[in-house]
Order: sequence, then C-alpha cells, then structure tokens
Amino acid sequence: MADITDTNVHTTTSATTRRPKRIRWDHIGDHAVLIAGALLMLVPVYMVFATSSWDAITVHREGMQFGFGDQLVENYNAALLEYGGFTDSVNGLTMLGNSLILGLGFAIGKIIVGMMAAYAIVYFRLKFATLAFWMIFTTLLLPLEVRILPSYEVISWMNLGNTYTGLIVPLIASATATFFFRQFFRSIPEELIEAARIDGAGPVKFFIDILVPLSKTMIAAMFIIMFVFGWNQYLWPTLITTDESLFTLVRGIRQIVQSYADGSETPDYGQAAALAIIAMTPPVLIVVFFQNWFVKGLTESDK
Amino acid sequence: MAQVTLNQVRKVYPNGAEALEPSTFTIPDGELCVLVGPSGCGKSTMLRMVAGLEDITEGEISIGDRIVNDIDPADRNIAMVFQNYALYPHMTVARNMGYGLKNRGMDKGQIAAKVREAAEMLNLTEFLDRRPSQLSGGQRQRVAMGRAIVREPDLFLFDEPLSNLDAKLRNQMRIEIRALQRRLGTTAMYVTHDQVEAMTMADRIIVLSNGHIEQIGTPNEIYEHPASTFVASFMGAPPMNLLEADAAQGRVTLKNGEVVPQASVNGHAGAVTVGIRPEDIMPSPQGDLTLDVDIIEELGAQRLLHGQMGGQAFSVAVPKDQEASTGEMRLALKPNAVHLFDADQGRRLG
Repeated sequence: MADITDTNVHTTTSATTRRPKRIRWDHIGDHAVLIAGALLMLVPVYMVFATSSWDAITVHREGMQFGFGDQLVENYNAALLEYGGFTDSVNGLTMLGNSLILGLGFAIGKIIVGMMAAYAIVYFRLKFATLAFWMIFTTLLLPLEVRILPSYEVISWMNLGNTYTGLIVPLIASATATFFFRQFFRSIPEELIEAARIDGAGPVKFFIDILVPLSKTMIAAMFIIMFVFGWNQYLWPTLITTDESLFTLVRGIRQIVQSYADGSETPDYGQAAALAIIAMTPPVLIVVFFQNWFVKGLTESDK
Repeated sequence: MAQVTLNQVRKVYPNGAEALEPSTFTIPDGELCVLVGPSGCGKSTMLRMVAGLEDITEGEISIGDRIVNDIDPADRNIAMVFQNYALYPHMTVARNMGYGLKNRGMDKGQIAAKVREAAEMLNLTEFLDRRPSQLSGGQRQRVAMGRAIVREPDLFLFDEPLSNLDAKLRNQMRIEIRALQRRLGTTAMYVTHDQVEAMTMADRIIVLSNGHIEQIGTPNEIYEHPASTFVASFMGAPPMNLLEADAAQGRVTLKNGEVVPQASVNGHAGAVTVGIRPEDIMPSPQGDLTLDVDIIEELGAQRLLHGQMGGQAFSVAVPKDQEASTGEMRLALKPNAVHLFDADQGRRLG
C-alpha cells in the first residue's frame, strides 16, 4: 500500500492527488466505546490491586489508592498465611483450598449429573421423558435462594452441616447443564449411535467411549461456567458452614471487613484487597486456560 | 457367510403408516442384492430391520440358519456402511476400524493385525493414525468399509454409501465395493436410489415402490422384462417411453391412429400402456411411427431427441454419428422393443 501511494506522489507531484490516510470516524467511535468499556471493567480491578499494596491506616484515611505502596509483599503474605478469624483457625491458603474444592466439586458434579440426566432423556425411551425434561427445565426459574430454607433443613437433618458434602451436593442438580447437554446430544447424528450399536457398544460403553469424548468442548464450556459460578457462591456457604476452617475466599474477604463493624479495630483493607485479588485469580486462569482448549477442540472435531 | 431370508416381513410405524407390506425373498449366499426405489419406498426400512436397528412388526428375518428377530444388532454378525460414513470423529482410523473388535474382547495384537490387513486391502495404511476429519470423502468411505471388513461379518449392509461422493469418485468406489465384495464372497444388501448403481453392482435387484416389492430379478431381467410400468420407468436412463394406447382385435393403436408393430396382445382388449426404450427405436424413412422432434440433447456418445408421438411425450436415443434435426421424422422399432402393460394396474401383459 505504502509503495503505491509513494509512487503516486512522485509521478504526479501534485498536492491535489495526494490522499492522506482518511480518518474512519465510525472506527474511532467503535474503539472509543470498546476502550471505555474495557476501562470500566479493568480500572476497579487495578485499584483493588494498587490498594492491596498499602497499609490499613492509609487506606482507612485516604480511601482506595491509584499508586503503589510498600506493603505489597506483607499484605499478600498476611492474607495467605496469617491465621485469622474468630478462632484463629483459618488462613488464606485454607480458604483458597476450600474455594477450589467447592468450585471443582460444584463444576464436576454438575457436569456429571447434567450429562447423565441428558443421556437418559435423549437416548432412552422413558415414560414421561419429555415431562421430566420440562420439569428439570422449569427449575431454571428457581434459583437456590428460593429453596434455601428447605435445603438447609434437609442438610442439617442429615447432619451434613460443616462438611464439604453438605456444601457441594445440594448445589449439584443442574437444569442448565442438563439442558445444554441435551441440546448437544440431540445434534449428534443418529448414524453414529447406530454404528456404535452394531459395533457392540452397550449403553455404558457408548456413553464413555463415544459420547464423553465427543462432548469435550461442551464439557469445557460447562466447566468454565460452573466453576466460576461455584467459586463465587456466597449465600449457601455462609449458611451451611459455621466452622471457620471451611470458609471460602469469598466469605473470607467479608470476614476481614466485618471486624470494622464489630469493634474499634481498623479493618485490614490492604489484606482484604489482597484476598480479593487472590479470589479473582483462579477463575480468570480457568477461563484463560480452558478458552485455548475450547477453541482447539472446536476446530479439531467434526460432526 | 450366509444366506438371508425374509419371510412375510412387514413394518408398520406406531402412527399406523405401513412402511413395508409383507415381503418374502431370499438372498443366496455370496450375492450382492441391491434394494432400489425412490425415497420413501421402504428400502432403508427393510435394511434397518435386517440390521436390527428397526423393530419388525410381523414376519421373520433369518441370517444363515438363525432367526434374528430378537437378536441384538451387535450379535447378528453383520456390518453396516452408512451414507454419512458414521465414523467416530474422535478416534483415529485404526481405532475406528478396531472398535467393534475391541468390544468383542479381542486382544490388542490380533486387532492391530486385522486392522492392518484391512487397511492394506483398502490402501489406507498411511492414514491409520489420522482422524476422519483429516481424510477426503472417498478415504472416509474406505475407512467405513474397513470397519465393516475387519469384523468378518456374515452380511454387509450398505445404506446409500456413495450418495455423499462426487460423480467421478462414485464410479470408482462402485467398482471397488463390487470387487471387494466378490473377493470376500460375503453376502451383501445394498440400498440405493440410483438405478445406475443398482444395474452395475447387483447380482440381484429388488425394486421397491411405496412399501411393496415391484420386482425381483437380475439386472438383465429387470431391464429386459420390467414387471410393471413403475419398474419400466424407474430402471434405465433415459427412462422408457410409456404411451397410452388401445388394444382391439389383436392390434395396438396409438392415440394418433398409428398401429404399433410387434405388439401382441393375446386377446386382451381395451386400454393398454405401450413401453418402448429410447434406444430400442431408430430413425428410418420406412418406419411405422411418427415423432415430432422439439428438442435435441447432445450427450456426447449419443443424442436424445425429445418430441411428441401422437400427442404424448416420447424420446429417442440415436448414436452420435447420426444426423438429427427438429421436425417430423419416421421411426422403426428394433426387434423385441415393445413392452405392453395393463393400463389400470401397470402390470406387464404377456
């Protein structure tokens, strides 16, 4: 492009033929919107990160910070390793572990249950299969919060309070995953199932040998969504865990700021910000990591 | 290896539609039998019932000396090749071919040996580690064939296996499949809607229409002695000309008053349908029939003259070295060119 413009200029030498690069105003508008949107999302994250490098007093006096302070290492160290809470039995690492267990258990459990439910609905001639599907589907309209009291009742009656089981199992039944897997299974060509039948693959073999590998991309997508969703759970863990060693990161952040309301102590804003950053990192990593995998899976498979 | 027998096999779908009227026939051991007919004629249903993918409403199907009505597809010792190949997209070619054997509990070394043998037969050796998505249509079709071969089945079932290929490849694969089936000597059922495939590949053709068998016979029998107007018009390209005519006093007269030579009606009187293949009639100044040519189609090896005979559409195929022009011309029949059918039922007369 540049060459052509140059020769034009040389051969004609007339200023009128010279065409300066035209400014595409519509593009500028587009980019302005995109940049503004990106800043809107990123600046608060940056501010939390910057704030996490200041000591509590400064933050308390001057609010959130734009520049960096000198307490970065200390704050993260404290957030991760210092035991805190009412009973001094929990530190950032344990909370990180708990959050991981919740996020993974939640995502994996939902995928397994959702896939199997969809498998039953799509491939087996069940009585009332359609009814069952629509019943599952309508529960999409009923989030956990609607059934939180009866669920709590059942869990405490089963003595599962303050256990990982109690934390994860009641959240596993998933209309979303069932729905997505159902749609996906229905798009798998009939002949593939028939070929597998002739090849002697029974229901279990077909599921494991054919359906699960074919669903890789779907599983990855579900995993991203469900992991982040599970990681960010707040209400249910608050309700079901009173033992501080089972606290998740999301709760832990609140716990630090809580001390402000409780007493005269200055809350450790720096530590809270550090903890917030730590809490944000794994879901971001999961998304970044699985997105690559997701795209790769999409381009390699052919249905 | 086995013969296949259908005894009064009938298929009625739950909504009451009869996909297949009670049908009875036997495919002798080692033959390639082609089921041909327009879409919706019940040919695929028949194949799928033999495969065990579709329930049998009435009747019995036996493969070899076993009645297979209640036997699972996997235990019928059959192999099926599908129109869209139905390869497992996440498995390599080798695993695709060996999957059925693995499910039978065969050990790995044996599977590998069999897969290699089949791959050599089909020129697939260099592709064994590829995924189906990395192969061309023809190669995928070969993999599907390979998957069928390694099972060493009693019966091959082909469900329109060449429909997804382009014309050139289709011709080539047609010959390959035929040669392979001959070499292995395995009985085969082959479903197609393409009458060329049916004519070229079959030992025996079953022509189906609207859920019932119109005719069973060798390609030659079907072509030379079509049992009905349906078979006559379906088999052969360009299709047979069918003309309305009247039979009286042992003569067959077209609507324009011309008498069709060769037509022997054996005392039948009334409305009949006269069938003449386009290649069984040729221009001749002394001919008995008149054709008013509207359109000339150049096909390279031959020309097709389309026009009207006594007000009814009629086509004639002439060799490329014969001049042709639009307008009226006289036509003479070659020997044994006339087929007569009952005008109501379309059944062959005589």
